[in-house]
Amino acid sequence: MRDTVIRELVNLAKEDKNIELITGDLGFGVLRPYWESVPNQFINAGIAEQNLTGVAAGMALEGKTVFTYSIANFPTLRCLEQIRNDCAYHKVNVNVICVGGGYVYGALGMSHHATEDIACLRALPEVAVICPGDPIEAGLAVRAIAKSGGTTYLRLGRGGEKRINTSLTDFVIGKAYQIRKAKDFSKKAAVFSTGAILEETALACDMLEELGIGVEQYSFPTVKPIDRETIADVARRFDHIFTVEEHNIVGGFGSAVAETVAELGERVKLHRLGINDFYCAEVGTQAYLRDVVGISARRIVESVGKAFE
Amino acid sequence: MKSEQLAWLIRRHGVEMTHLSKGSHIGAIFSVADIMAVLYADILKYDAENPGWDGRDRFLLSKGHAGAALYAALAECGFIDREELKTHYQNGSRLSGHVSHRVPGVDFSTGSLGHGLCVAAGRALAAKQDGKSFRSFAVIGDGECNEGSVWEAAQFANHYRLDNLVCIVDYNHMQSLDFCNNTLEVNMAQRWAGFGWNVIEIDGHDHNALRAALQSTANEGHKPTVVIANTVKGKGVSFMENDVLWHYRFPHDGWEYNCAVNELHAAMPEGVADPYTPDGCPEAQPEPDGCRHTVSETYHPTYYQREVDCK
Repeated sequence: MRDTVIRELVNLAKEDKNIELITGDLGFGVLRPYWESVPNQFINAGIAEQNLTGVAAGMALEGKTVFTYSIANFPTLRCLEQIRNDCAYHKVNVNVICVGGGYVYGALGMSHHATEDIACLRALPEVAVICPGDPIEAGLAVRAIAKSGGTTYLRLGRGGEKRINTSLTDFVIGKAYQIRKAKDFSKKAAVFSTGAILEETALACDMLEELGIGVEQYSFPTVKPIDRETIADVARRFDHIFTVEEHNIVGGFGSAVAETVAELGERVKLHRLGINDFYCAEVGTQAYLRDVVGISARRIVESVGKAFE
Repeated sequence: MKSEQLAWLIRRHGVEMTHLSKGSHIGAIFSVADIMAVLYADILKYDAENPGWDGRDRFLLSKGHAGAALYAALAECGFIDREELKTHYQNGSRLSGHVSHRVPGVDFSTGSLGHGLCVAAGRALAAKQDGKSFRSFAVIGDGECNEGSVWEAAQFANHYRLDNLVCIVDYNHMQSLDFCNNTLEVNMAQRWAGFGWNVIEIDGHDHNALRAALQSTANEGHKPTVVIANTVKGKGVSFMENDVLWHYRFPHDGWEYNCAVNELHAAMPEGVADPYTPDGCPEAQPEPDGCRHTVSETYHPTYYQREVDCK
């Protein structure tokens, strides 16, 4: 996912000399193709995210389209006020890229778990929150946010995610994409996910179908603005909606869906799967921690199954 | 308009605006008044008819709490109407207590300290990349230098040799609760020099010194320039000077307002008219309790002595 994004950024930067990428001294082995292709549109601002984000706002005020780049919570929580005051309030074209959303850096410890970022960024007015589910969505999203004008948060996974959304050619900010239609089983559920947990969710949906539960699956690469139309449409047709996110269940994607569903007045029951409001002190890989907190394919299947017991 | 005239008007507007709004920060408005006046009278390139003119120098007041000083300068330089100054802090006004970019002539909103220099550095870097000749100015506070982000920006600006960036420190030696040196020891000039900047230290109320420092900041090493402007918090009204109380207190009706206006009148330059009280105010008597709440000697008797002890 991150390599796709950088490839697309190189293309964008070659087309438009006003594209600028600023890293907080991270991206070894990832950003190299960028700084080798467009060295005059690249800055390493050092390990100083507040300044990095303020500089980005200053450059954007002068007409640049700026991408800031770091990992985990460093480009977001470390400099949240700079995103709020300097970027979003001034409606400048600054696009914050985070590599390592969720438990990508699982074994590195809690400091490197980006698990509240969606909630924090979603609370900022004028900020679009984009969490692509796979490399296809990610590549298209970069181009879309560069053109969108305002301040955007782009939350990526790592490298090497599987392509799930194979038919997607046009990315619209604020739109959810259907991954599969529900088979005509007596038990049916809708499953929504945001971000790179899409792969795990898709696997869970395969398993659920084998168990005789029909699943209509959507990827929500945009958490804000949330796709209310898709949610409303699904809420009318299903009794159960499950949301899956590699993030705390407070304030994130599930919350965004819950806010929408609550206002619809439909009878659908919403089940939010995510990190159940705790810091994960366990050591382990992303796959291991996903399983521990309940968002691995196996655990998703368990949760959906319980709803039909 | 001469800078001395503009400085006087900024102070007079400052008294009126804080008086009407019951707003804070008159001390900071007074300490930065001469800096703002010299910038807007003699240094900055701008076009009040076309605030977004691309050739303008970029300016931002990072110590946004002194916003009234900026609004007053903008009014006197034709960006906004003088009458609008009276709406400071009022419902529906554009003139928020801290600087707002909704006001013509203001590019950047501030209020949270430690943001401005980073943004100014970004603008200076963009100018270099695009071959534009404007300078990027930021006025920051000495208390603001507590913020780590100021020093993040200082490292960055030096590393990228942003010689088109000018930072002016309104070094009034006081911050929100106490003198700076009693809060976190300062070593102002040494710090900036240590970060690689071109350092100029002057009396921040001396207009000739300000002009000389700011006219050209080009230097052989292509370093960003910091002008450390030694100022007095509350400068211009004796009972507000060097008194942390006047970081917060506004000039109340009666003795405080009248004395403040009359002290300004006593130092009024030629060719200036007071838009509010053309002939000054009637003499007023101090309140019977000796104005205990008006001066910090009674408000907090240890401040002066502790600054001395620290040295």
